[in-house]
Amino acid sequence: MSTVAEHANDDHAHDDHHHHGPASGIKRWLYTTNHKDIGTLYLWFAFIMFLTGGAMAMVIRAELFQPGLQIVDPNFFNQMTTVHGLIMVFGAVMPAFTGLANWLVPMMIGAPDMALPRMNNWSFWILPFAFLILLSSLFLEGGGPNFGWTFYAPLSTTYSNDSTALFVFSVHIMGISSIMGAINVIVTIFNMRAPGMTWMKMPLFVWTWLITAFLLIAVMPVLAGVVTMLLTDKFFGTSFFDAAGGGDPVLFQHVFWFFGHPEVYIMILPAFGIISQIVPTFARKPLFGYASMVYATASIALLSFIVWAHHMFTTGMPVLAELFFMFATMLISVPTGVKVFNWVATMWRGSLTFEVPMLFALAFIVLFTLGGFSGLMLAITPVDFQYHDTYFVVAHFHYVLVTGAIFSIMAAVYYWLPKWTGKMFDITLAKWHFWCSLISVNLLFFPMHFVGLAGMPRRIPDYALQFADFNKWISIGGFAFGISQFIFLALLIKACKKQGEPVSDQVWEGAEGLEWEIPSPAPYHTFSTPPEVK
Amino acid sequence: MSKIVSGATKLLSIMFAVPAFADAEVGELEWNLREGVTNISHEVYDLHMLMFWICTAIGVVVFAAMFFSMYFHRKSRGAKAANFHESVKVEVAWTVIPLLILIGMAVPAANTLIDMEDASEADVTVLVTGSQWKWHYKYMDNDVEYYSLLATQQEQINNKFDKGENYLLEVDRPLVIPTDQKVRFLVTSDDVIHSWWVPDFAVKKDANPGFINEAWTRVNEPGIYRGQCAELCGKDHGFMPVVVIAKEPAEYNAWISEQEEIQRKAKEEEQKLLALNMSMDELMEVGERVYLSACAACHMPTGQGLPGVFPALKGSEMATQDIPGHIDIVLNGKAGTAMQAFGKQLSLRDIAAVITYERNAWGNDTGDMIQAKDVNAALTGN
Repeated sequence: MSTVAEHANDDHAHDDHHHHGPASGIKRWLYTTNHKDIGTLYLWFAFIMFLTGGAMAMVIRAELFQPGLQIVDPNFFNQMTTVHGLIMVFGAVMPAFTGLANWLVPMMIGAPDMALPRMNNWSFWILPFAFLILLSSLFLEGGGPNFGWTFYAPLSTTYSNDSTALFVFSVHIMGISSIMGAINVIVTIFNMRAPGMTWMKMPLFVWTWLITAFLLIAVMPVLAGVVTMLLTDKFFGTSFFDAAGGGDPVLFQHVFWFFGHPEVYIMILPAFGIISQIVPTFARKPLFGYASMVYATASIALLSFIVWAHHMFTTGMPVLAELFFMFATMLISVPTGVKVFNWVATMWRGSLTFEVPMLFALAFIVLFTLGGFSGLMLAITPVDFQYHDTYFVVAHFHYVLVTGAIFSIMAAVYYWLPKWTGKMFDITLAKWHFWCSLISVNLLFFPMHFVGLAGMPRRIPDYALQFADFNKWISIGGFAFGISQFIFLALLIKACKKQGEPVSDQVWEGAEGLEWEIPSPAPYHTFSTPPEVK
Repeated sequence: MSKIVSGATKLLSIMFAVPAFADAEVGELEWNLREGVTNISHEVYDLHMLMFWICTAIGVVVFAAMFFSMYFHRKSRGAKAANFHESVKVEVAWTVIPLLILIGMAVPAANTLIDMEDASEADVTVLVTGSQWKWHYKYMDNDVEYYSLLATQQEQINNKFDKGENYLLEVDRPLVIPTDQKVRFLVTSDDVIHSWWVPDFAVKKDANPGFINEAWTRVNEPGIYRGQCAELCGKDHGFMPVVVIAKEPAEYNAWISEQEEIQRKAKEEEQKLLALNMSMDELMEVGERVYLSACAACHMPTGQGLPGVFPALKGSEMATQDIPGHIDIVLNGKAGTAMQAFGKQLSLRDIAAVITYERNAWGNDTGDMIQAKDVNAALTGN
C-alpha cells in the first residue's frame, strides 16, 4: 500500500524535475543525475587533480634543479614521482575525458541524457574518495606509495610499507568508477541515438569514446586483478610474484602492461576524436577520410592488446617474443600516421582561421607527432635497450600525454566552453595561456630527450654532473608551465561567473553537428524530443 | 622580511652559481646516444641515427605540408574552402608507403637484435647480482667475488663538499673485464628488480630475483666505462652506479690471479684472527665505518631508521637485549623484509664490530662486546 503511494510521489517528483531547472545549493551537485552537471563535476575534479599532480611535479623539478640533495629526501622523492603519475593518469586525464563524454555524447547524438543517470552520479562521486585515500596515505608514518606508478613487484610487495593497502583500495575505486563510466557511454551510444543518427554519421568524438569505453571494460578488470594479487602477496602469504614460492616477478609486469598499454590508448583515442571535431570547424571543410579515421581508431585499439611487452624488452624475453612485440609495435604507427595525414589533408585547401581551440589542436598535431616519432624509435628493440628507463622515455610519454592528451583537453574546453556558458571566454587570457604553455612545455620536455640519450636514468633524485645544464632548463620550463596553468584557472573562473560576450548558437563559423543547433548556453535539458538527423 | 630576502638571495645564487660550476667541471655537453666501444654498440648507434633521420624526413614532409596549408590556405588571405573529403587511393597510399618504410627499419633491427641475444661461447663469465643498493660480481671461472658500492662521499651529495668529476658514477671496486674477449654476464638479484646498464656496451639487463638473465659484450678499447642501475629499486636507486674497467687480456689475467691470491689469503687470515680479541675502541672504530657503508642507507646514520619504512636501532629491543637474535639477523637477514643477509657480504671481524657498534652507539650503551669468534660460533653452530 505505502509502496504504491511512494511510487506515485516519485513519479510526481520526476515530472517536476523535467519541467524545472537544476536544484539549488550543494544538493544540486550531490544528487544530480544530469549529464551536464556531472560533466562539469568531472571536469573541475580533473582540473583540481591536474593542479595537485602538477604541484608534485614542481617538487620533483625543484629537487632536480641542481645536482645534490637539497629539498626532499629520496624516499619522499619516490613518493612524489609515484603519486604524480597516478594522479595525472587516473585523476586528471581520465576524468577529464569522462567529463567531456558526459557533456558532449548526449548532445552529439541527440539524446536527452546518459542512459544510466543514477550510475553516472555514483561513478563520479566515488572518485573524490579514491583520491582522498591515496593522498592521505602520504601523511602516514612511512609515507605513501613510493614504488613508481607502475608499482612493480616485489618493490611494491615485500619491500613496500603498509600504506600499500590504501593504494590498492584507492586503485580499486578508480577502476570501478571507470568501468561504470564506460558502461554508461556504451549503453548511451547503442540505445539513445536520435533517429537517422546511423553509425557512420556519428561525430568522431563519439566514435573514439565508444572504442575507448570498450578498451576500459576490457582492461580495468585486469588492473583490479593485478592490484589484488599484489595485495594478497603482501598481506596474505600468496606468491604470485615471488620466486621463492613458485611465482615470478616478471609475471607482474606482463599482467600490468596488458592493462597498461591499452590504458595509454584510453588516454589518447578521445583526444583523436576532439582534434577530428576541431580541425574541420576551423578549416571550414569536412573531415578528410571519415571512414578511414573510424577504421584507424579501431585498428589502434585492437593492436593495443598485442604490444604490451614492448615496455619490458630488458626483462629477459626469448628473442622470438622480442621480435614479435617489436614488429607489432611498429605496426601501430601505420593507423596513427593515417590519422595525422587525414588531419593535414583536412586543412589542405581549407579556409583556415586560428581561434584558440585551433591553436591548441595544431600544437597537438605537431607535438603529438613528435611523441609518436620517439615512440617509433622506442619500438626498435636493440635501441630500446639504450632508451629504456631513461629520460628519453620520460620525454616520449610526456609529449604524448601532456602536449597530446592534455592539450587536446584544453582544446576541447576552449572549443565547447562558449556552448556550455553561453559566453565567449576571455580571448586575451586564452592566448596568453596558449603561448605560455606552448613555449614552456617544450622547454620542459624537449631537453629530456637529450639527457635521456646522454644516459640519465628516470626516477632518480640526484644525477651526475654532465646532466646539470639541461636539468636546470627543464626545471625552469617546468615552473613556467606550472605557473601558466593559473592563467587557465583565472579564465575558467571568469567563464563560470558567466562573464563575456554572448555567443550565437553555432558559436564558431564553421561548426557543424547537433550540439551547435541547440541554444547557447545549452539548456539544462536538451533533446527531450529527439531531433531528426538527415 | 630579512628571512625572505636571504631566502631569495640564496635561490638566486643557486640559479646562477650552479651552471657556471657545472660547465667548469664537465666542459662538453652530451646530448646524443654514445657510440660506445663494442661492435654491437656501434650497430645500435647506427640504428638510432637511421631511425632519427627517417623520422626527421617524415616530419619535414608532413609539417611542411601542414605549415604550407596554414600559411597559404588562410581565410585572411581570401582562401575559399574546397569540399573534397575522401579518396581511397590516397588512403591506400599513406597506409602502404609507411608499411614499406617500416619493413626497411625492421630488417636491420632484427639482425642486430638476434646478435645481441646470442650469449653463447663466452670466454669469461661474470655473475652480476643486484641488491639494495649495490652490485656484487662473481667470476665464475676464478675464485674471485666482491661487492661494488658507491664511492661518492655523503658530504658531496648533501652539498657540504664540492662535487667530484665522477659524482655518483664512481664505486669502491669496479668490475674488471678483458678486452677483445666475449664476456658473458649472468644477471640476477637478491631482493627487488634492478637493471644493470653500461651505455658504452649497449648492455642493459634487468636483474630479477629468483631468475637469471644473460647478456654479453666484447669490448674493443681498454678504458673505464660508467653506468647506473636503470630500474627503480627503492630509496637509493639513484645511488648504485656501475663501473667497469676493461683491460688488455694479459693485464686482466695478471689482475685476476692477483685477486685470487688476495682473497685466498684473506680467508686464511680471518681464521687466524678468530683467536684474537679486539678492544672496545677498535670494535667501535671499525664498527662505525662498516655501519656507515652497509647499514646507514636504511637505518640512517643516527640509528633512527625511517619510521614506517625501516626500523630504528636506537633503543630497539634487538640492539639492546637479544644478542643471539642480533647476530642472527645481521648474518642471515630477515625473510620477507628488506633486511639483507650480511654473512656473505662482510668479514666475521666486520660483523662483530658493527654489532658491537650498534649495541653501544646512539645511547644504546649496553657495554656488550661481540668478537669475531662469537659470530663464527653463530655461523657454524658451535
